[in-house]
Amino acid sequence: MSRAVTVEYFAVLREERGVEREELETEARTPGELYEELRERHGFRLSSAQVRVALGGEFARMDAPLERGAQVVFIPPVAGG
Amino acid sequence: MSFRLSAEPLGGAPLDHPEAGGFVTFEGRVRAENGGRAVERLEYEAYVPLAEAEGARILEEARERFGLLDARATHRVGVLEVGEAAVRVEVAGRHRAEAFAACAHIMDRIKERVPIWKKEVFSDGEAHWVNSGG
Repeated sequence: MSRAVTVEYFAVLREERGVEREELETEARTPGELYEELRERHGFRLSSAQVRVALGGEFARMDAPLERGAQVVFIPPVAGG
Repeated sequence: MSFRLSAEPLGGAPLDHPEAGGFVTFEGRVRAENGGRAVERLEYEAYVPLAEAEGARILEEARERFGLLDARATHRVGVLEVGEAAVRVEVAGRHRAEAFAACAHIMDRIKERVPIWKKEVFSDGEAHWVNSGG
């Protein structure tokens, strides 16, 4: 079943993807599956084990259910401070 | 208590609290070299809503754990030159012991948890995202 989601990218992922955000249709049932799909399509260097995810502005599990209309942000290893 | 991101140089009035005897401020600044290489600048970016929410959680957890009277943190986004302050953490406690401990603890948590990233640009032109390669 295909669902429309919005994905926002930061840092190295933003550079590799070439856009800050996009709306797309996906069969992925979880953020983890979505990341794998995008990684294969765009050649992201980071593995899914190396990124975290936020859904609707809060940290979420990579195996959380991906709902229609989800606001997804993939979070590369952080480096504040 | 607040955790804020700022596109402008860090400023503002110092923390104050009538019951606090110990005030500790930490400031993290851009170093001129890293790993033996000369640094030109750092470029910081953040997923702002989650960075502020997670930063606020870190401060609240520290307030409870260390019995603080107040705590505040500000983190830059944008391009920072060598010597510029990237982050400032201020804490107020009744006594210095908890103020020192909390300030260090908060900085460690910020570096671990907050969705902020920095791109290190070296003087030789090479650049990479810290902790991410590329």
